[in-house]
Amino acid sequence: MAWANIVLQGALLGGLYALFAAGLSLMFGVMRLVNIAHGDLIVLSAYCALMVVQATGLHPLLSLAVVVPLMFGLGYALQRGLLNFTLGGDILPPLLVTFGLSVIIQNALLEGFSADSRRLQAGALETASLTLGDQIAIGWLPAIVFLAAIAVIALLELLLYRTPLGRAFRATSDDADTAQLYGVEIRHVFALATAVALAVVSVAGVLLAIRTNFDPSIGPARLLYAFEAVIIGGLGSLWGTLAGGVVLGVAQSVGAAIDPGWEILAGHIAFLLVLVVRPRGLFPKLAD
Amino acid sequence: MAGLWHIERSTAVSRAALFAAAPALAALLALPAWGDSGDMRLAVEISYYLALAQAWNLLAGYTGLVSVGQQAYVGLGGYAFFALSVLAGVPPLASLALAGLAVAALALPTAFIVFRLRGAYFAIGTWVVAEVFRLLLALATPLGGGTGMSLPVTVVRSLAESSRARGLITYYLGLGLGLGTVLLVFFWLRSRQGLALTAIRDSETAAASVGVDNRRTKLAVYLIAAGIAGLIGALAFLEKLRISPDAAFSVGDWTANIIFIVVIGGIGSIEGPILGTIVFFALRALLVDYGAWYLITLGALAVAVMLLAPQGLWGVLSRPLGLQFFPVQRRLRLLDSAPHAAPGVPAAGRGD
Repeated sequence: MAWANIVLQGALLGGLYALFAAGLSLMFGVMRLVNIAHGDLIVLSAYCALMVVQATGLHPLLSLAVVVPLMFGLGYALQRGLLNFTLGGDILPPLLVTFGLSVIIQNALLEGFSADSRRLQAGALETASLTLGDQIAIGWLPAIVFLAAIAVIALLELLLYRTPLGRAFRATSDDADTAQLYGVEIRHVFALATAVALAVVSVAGVLLAIRTNFDPSIGPARLLYAFEAVIIGGLGSLWGTLAGGVVLGVAQSVGAAIDPGWEILAGHIAFLLVLVVRPRGLFPKLAD
Repeated sequence: MAGLWHIERSTAVSRAALFAAAPALAALLALPAWGDSGDMRLAVEISYYLALAQAWNLLAGYTGLVSVGQQAYVGLGGYAFFALSVLAGVPPLASLALAGLAVAALALPTAFIVFRLRGAYFAIGTWVVAEVFRLLLALATPLGGGTGMSLPVTVVRSLAESSRARGLITYYLGLGLGLGTVLLVFFWLRSRQGLALTAIRDSETAAASVGVDNRRTKLAVYLIAAGIAGLIGALAFLEKLRISPDAAFSVGDWTANIIFIVVIGGIGSIEGPILGTIVFFALRALLVDYGAWYLITLGALAVAVMLLAPQGLWGVLSRPLGLQFFPVQRRLRLLDSAPHAAPGVPAAGRGD
């Protein structure tokens, strides 16, 4: 029963990783852009939520009403004003520009908020749990995070497969030049893709900030988890990404139960094993 | 067509640069006589960054292997040196050389895994691998675990008795590593393999179609770059006398700075990383009191260069003037003595 609990907690943690990963996956899917600053944008939205909560006294979950539109707008501006200029045949410009952006965001946060560890206080929600049997308890917060991941991915799937914008995303993903010939304004579509991705990032950032401590330096590790969830799940499949997040969360949780030093390491090793055994991930959809 | 043309390699500027470099080199070699130990440490640090930048430039600029995980090999080099000299009792200088070899050997199985990822995914994959090594060494209790360890006095003494002599040894080793890497890259790029590398830089598909073994060439570059990083790690942590997983596998120190140096200086040339190293250390000296603003400036500068002048500062300077200090190009020149070329004979192209 103890192990069942460990696996269950890991699976719930995987929901958070799937939320980290969904935005990364969307940006790569639509424009083949791998955003190295992804993790730092998660942390940035956590700090945005912190500022909103401090200024208004709102409950952290309600701060989403401000942070999500804010990050959506930032995403649009970032893509339109900067990242669109890096796209083309060469992989170096997007990679190095987002790498530079990552260092800029980290150090700007450091300058603005110091290196102190922060956390969003969510009151009773932090400790409330549902007890199942004598050894298993599900915290409300991890359960909410996991359900949020399912909801976000279901909404993204709806957006991608049931709306005109989703059709434009998929057409651009298949062949940007041809999509343009059919009247898709790709610079605008790219900007909307990043805007949606950062809206998802902001949900991930706020939930991260309620679940754990954060400081300006933790972005790159979140990028690695997001990336690992995407690769484990298989490129191009959002439900696969959720599965990838769960695999990663369970691996970390089991690793931590064996020895605290093995927590993060076990997740990385699970990722490398998948890479060796099934290089295209567990549920691949995209060829590239 | 034989006899109508010849292949020109050096230019007047590159020959002049060779003469201009001689006094600068002499001044560096004599630095222990005219500078203090602070100057020597700075020169060694510049050498490390120069060597790492040249190696990363070969990786990213020529073979398209954009690694964000070179700190893996710097860290492993440092730890291999500590393990060999402290735990196995190997003499320090032999430990240094062996550490470089051990790291290059360890890079082979790593390459087997990360080479499964392409482009940007390769970049993040190498970062994951570096994290794996950092976390594994944090678990290695004989090497101090997460807090790291200091180099025992006995090992330090076995390098040389006096601290002045130790300073001289690390100075000349560091300088040799920096200059040696530049020369290695120079002679490599002039060789037949260099031609293959340049071909891959310009077009992988075209290179493969004329018989370049892309995978093999990339693997060779990856292993050499790892070996160089390993040697630098070994020497850097010998000089610091202390190692810890966070310092040894720091992505900021060993990879981010290097990427900025190469991008700002100019990717895909030998001169670019040299110019980038000069700019990097000049900026650092200027902004030393501004904390995080220094890295923000550096990052913004790299972003601006990548967007506005992807060939870097060296590209901006050299293109209009046709400058090159390191003659690695092959330029076809028609001979003046040749009879008038018939119309329709193509003009000598600017192949570089």
